[in-house]
Amino acid sequence: MSSTPPPAAGVAGTGPAAGDADAPVLAIEDLTVTIGTRRGPARAVAGVDWSVRAGQTLALVGESGSGKSMTVLAATGLAPRAARVTGRVRLLGEELTALPEPRRRQLRGRHVGFVFQDPMTSLNPVLTVGRQVSEACEEHLGMTRRQARDRAVELLDLVGIPLPGRRVEEYPHQFSGGMRQRVVIAMALACEPALLIADEPTTALDVTTQAQIVELVADLRRRLGTAVVWITHDLGVVAGVADTVAVMYGGRIVERGDVDAVFDAPAHPYTRALLAARPDPQHAGGDLPAIAGAPPSPLDLPPGCAFWPRCPVRGDARCEHELPPLVPVAPGHEVRTFCPGGEDA
Amino acid sequence: MSGGSDGTLRRTLSALRHDPPAVAGTVVLLLLLVVGVAGRWLAPAGVNDVDVDQMLRPPSLDHPFGTDELGRDVLSRVLVAARVSLEVGLVSVGIALLVGVTVGLLAGWYRGWVDNVLMRGMDVLFAFPVLLLAVAIVAVLGPGLVTAMVAIGVVYTPIFARVTRAGVLSVREQVFVRAAVSIGASDARIIRRHVLPNIAAPLIVQTSLSLAFAILSEAALSFLGLGVQPPDPAWGRMLYDGRGFVTEAWWLGVFPGAAIFLTVLAFNLVGDALRDVLDPRQLTVSEANRSRA
Amino acid sequence: MTRFVLRRLLQSAVVLLGVTLVVFLLLQLVPGDPVRVALGTRFDQQTYDALRERSGLDRPLVAQYVSYVGHALTGDLGVSFRSGQPVTTIVLERLPATLSLAVTAVLLALLVAFPLGVLSAVRSGSALDHAARVFSQFGVSVPDFWMGIMGILLFAGVLGWLPPSGYVALTEDPARWASHVILPATAVGLVTASILTRFIRSSVLEVLSEDYVRTAEAKGLRARVVVVRHVLRNALIPVVTVVAVQLASLVGGVIVIEVLFAWPGVGRLTYDAVQARDYPVLQGAVLFVAALFLLMNLLVDVLYARLDPRIGLR
Repeated sequence: MSSTPPPAAGVAGTGPAAGDADAPVLAIEDLTVTIGTRRGPARAVAGVDWSVRAGQTLALVGESGSGKSMTVLAATGLAPRAARVTGRVRLLGEELTALPEPRRRQLRGRHVGFVFQDPMTSLNPVLTVGRQVSEACEEHLGMTRRQARDRAVELLDLVGIPLPGRRVEEYPHQFSGGMRQRVVIAMALACEPALLIADEPTTALDVTTQAQIVELVADLRRRLGTAVVWITHDLGVVAGVADTVAVMYGGRIVERGDVDAVFDAPAHPYTRALLAARPDPQHAGGDLPAIAGAPPSPLDLPPGCAFWPRCPVRGDARCEHELPPLVPVAPGHEVRTFCPGGEDA
Repeated sequence: MSGGSDGTLRRTLSALRHDPPAVAGTVVLLLLLVVGVAGRWLAPAGVNDVDVDQMLRPPSLDHPFGTDELGRDVLSRVLVAARVSLEVGLVSVGIALLVGVTVGLLAGWYRGWVDNVLMRGMDVLFAFPVLLLAVAIVAVLGPGLVTAMVAIGVVYTPIFARVTRAGVLSVREQVFVRAAVSIGASDARIIRRHVLPNIAAPLIVQTSLSLAFAILSEAALSFLGLGVQPPDPAWGRMLYDGRGFVTEAWWLGVFPGAAIFLTVLAFNLVGDALRDVLDPRQLTVSEANRSRA
Repeated sequence: MTRFVLRRLLQSAVVLLGVTLVVFLLLQLVPGDPVRVALGTRFDQQTYDALRERSGLDRPLVAQYVSYVGHALTGDLGVSFRSGQPVTTIVLERLPATLSLAVTAVLLALLVAFPLGVLSAVRSGSALDHAARVFSQFGVSVPDFWMGIMGILLFAGVLGWLPPSGYVALTEDPARWASHVILPATAVGLVTASILTRFIRSSVLEVLSEDYVRTAEAKGLRARVVVVRHVLRNALIPVVTVVAVQLASLVGGVIVIEVLFAWPGVGRLTYDAVQARDYPVLQGAVLFVAALFLLMNLLVDVLYARLDPRIGLR
C-alpha cells in the first residue's frame, strides 16, 4: 500500500505529526487493563503493543472478550470507570497516559474518530443527525453553529448520503441501518481525524450493506490518508481492508504480521482455527464451523498459553504452565506459541 | 424453570443476609410481628385506662412514651395498635394479590376481549389517586376495620393485575409453555405448573412494596377517622387526636408517627432488597407514580 | 402524531366513562337510603322529597346513570345535600387553594430532586449517591402527615416562626400565603422529592449506559456537554411524565395534609363531605379529581410524543 498519504483536504491542520509519514499515528506499548469486578479483578488486556501509521489499516481480530475493543477504549481514555489502565499510549507523538483527562478528551475528539458496532444505538434519538455530526466541529475546531452545520452537510455528502442538505435536519430513526452507519462515519470524520477506530462497524448490518461500508471506509482512507484500526471477529472482512493484522486471545496478541503473511502462513493454532471457521461465501447463511470450547474468562486465565484448554495441537509440554513469548517466525510476522506451524495438527 | 425454586430461595436468602439494610428491615419486621401478636400482653397498661390525674405527662419511667390527653399510656397504645396496622396491611394486600393475580392471569392467558374488558376496568381504578379512592369507598361503606381493608385492597388490585398480566404474556411465548400447550395440557395445569412459578418473583417484590404502601394508606385512613374505630387504638388516629396538643406534648406526635415510619421503612427495605435479587430492573413510570400512598 | 393523539383521546374517554360509572355506583353502595342517611337527625319529609327528586334517585338505575353522565358532560355534578349549592361551584371554589399547595410542593420537590437525582446518577457509588439513596428511602417511608406534625412541632411550637395551620389566599396576601404554605408544602414535597430523586437517578443511569453516550464521549465533548445535551435530554422525557402525574395526584391526594393544616382545598372538601355524608359533593370531588388526573396523563403523553421524535411517526 502507499506509504505517502495524500495531504488531508483540510479545514485545519491534521495534527502535530502531520508532516512525518513514518511516525505512527497511534502507538501503544505494554498496555494492561484490569477491571475490578464483584468477583475480583479481571485482566481484560495484558501487555499489548502495536502501532498504526497514516494511511494504514490495522485489523485487531479476536472473539468477543478477547480484549480487542478494550485495548482501544483504554488507550483513548474511554474505558469504564472500574478499569485500571497501565502502559504507554502515544497519539501523534503525545503521551496520552500522562495527560489529565480534559486534555486527553480534546486530543481524542480532535484526532481520533470512532465508529461503533450498532448504528441503531450509537446515535442519540432526540438530536438531529446534523447536530450530532456538527457538535464535534464546534467543540474542537471552534466553528460557529452555522459553519458547523454547513460542514455537517459536506460530511453527509462525503459519506454518500443523498440529499444531505435536507437529511441533516432529520432524526436517526428516519434513516435505515446502513445510512445510520454512514452518519456515524461522517460523525467520526467531522474533525478530519488522523485516526479512525472502527469497532465491528459492519457486524450489525446485512451483507450487502456490509460490503458498502467496507468500501466506503477503504475509499475514505485513501482520500483522506487516515490511519484505521479495524476491530472485528470476522477474518473475511480483514483480508479486504487491512494492511497488517493482530490476532488477540485472552487479552494478549497471539499473532501479528502483514495480512498476506498471516493469511498465507498462519503460525498460531488459534489463527488457523479462526481461518478454518471463516464463513464460505458460497454457502452464506449456513452455520459457522465454530471452534470447540469457550474463550477463557478474564477473571480466571490459565497460567500458560491462554488457548491451551481449546488447543487441538498442544505440541509442547510447556504450553499448559508457561506463557510462550511473542517471537518472529518471518520478517514482520510474530507469533506467541511454542509450536509454530503446528505440523502435527 | 420450576425445578430451580429451591436454589432460587437459597440464593435469595444468602443475598439478603449480606445486605445490611435488608437485615435491619427483617429484624424490625420480626419485632413487629412479635408486638403485633403479643402487644396486648407486652403493654404495661391497658389501652383505655383513663387517668385524669395523669393527663399529658411527658415520658417518664412509669410512662416511657408519656400519656395522652385522657391520661392513657402512649406506649401501651402504640404497642397494641401495631396489630391493627399489620392486619389491615396483610389482609388488604392479600385481597389485592388474590383479585389482581386472578384478573391478570385471565387477561394475559385468554387475551382478546377478556383482556380488554378486565384491563380497561383496571385502568379505571388506576385513574383515581390512591388515597382518594380509598376514602370514597370507606365513606360510602361506613368506616371501620373491614371496610378499610376492602378499600385498600381494591386500590392496590390494578398493580398486581398489571404485573401478573405482563408476566403471563412473556411466559406464554416461551418454548416450554408452547410445548405444554401443544401436548394438550389443560389451561389450569399449565398456569399452575409453568406460569405461576415464573411470575412469582415480580409478585413477591410487588407484595412486599405494596405492604409498605398499604400500611401508609391505613395510617392515613385512620388519621381521617375512617379506619378502626375508637376506643381501639390506631397509629394514624393517635396522631389525629394528638395534633391539637402537639406543641405542648411532643410525645403525642413523635411516637405513633415513628412507629408508622419504622414499619413502612422496614417493608420498603426488604422489598427493595428482594427486588435487587429477584427482579432487577429500572424503575418504571407507573411504579414511580404509584409510590405515593 | 395526530393518530396517536386521537387514539389516546379515545382511550381516555373510555376510561373516563368507566370512572363516571364507579363514581355513580359509589352512591349505590351506601347502605340504606343515601338521602335519609345524609339528613340523619335533621330529617324532614319536605327536604327529603326535594332532595330525592333533585338527585333523581326515584328513577330506575340506568336512567339515573345516563342522566348523571349527561349532566356531568355539561358541568352539572348535582347539588350538595347540605347547602343545596351546585357541586361544581363548590369544587371550583376550593381548587385554587389545592393547586397553590400542590404546585408549591412539586416545585420544592424538584428543587431538591433534580440536582440530587442527576448528581447521584452521574457519580453513582459516591458518598453523595449513598446519601441520596438514604434520603429517598426515608422519604418514601415517612407519612406526609407525620412530617407535617413534626414541622408544626418544630417551626410553630419550638421556634414559633410559622403559623401551625390556616390559609390565606395567594391573591390576597402573597407573604402571608407563603408563611402558611411552607409547612404543608414541605411535608408533601418531601415524599414527592424522594420519588422524583429515585426516578431521576434511575432514568439518568439508564441513559448513561446507552451506546450514544459513549459515542458522545468518544467525540471528546466536555463532560458537562455530554450530560446536558445527550443524557438529560433523553433522561428527562420520562421524568416530565412522572412530575406531571405526581402533580395531578397531589391535587386529589393531599386530603390528610389539608385536614391537618386546615387548608380549605379539594381534599378538605372531600373530608368534610365524608363527615357530613354529603354524597353528591364527595362524588363530585372524586370525579373532578379523577378527570383532572386523566386529562393530565393525556397531556403528558402528547407532550411526550412531542419531546421524543421517535414517537411522532407511530
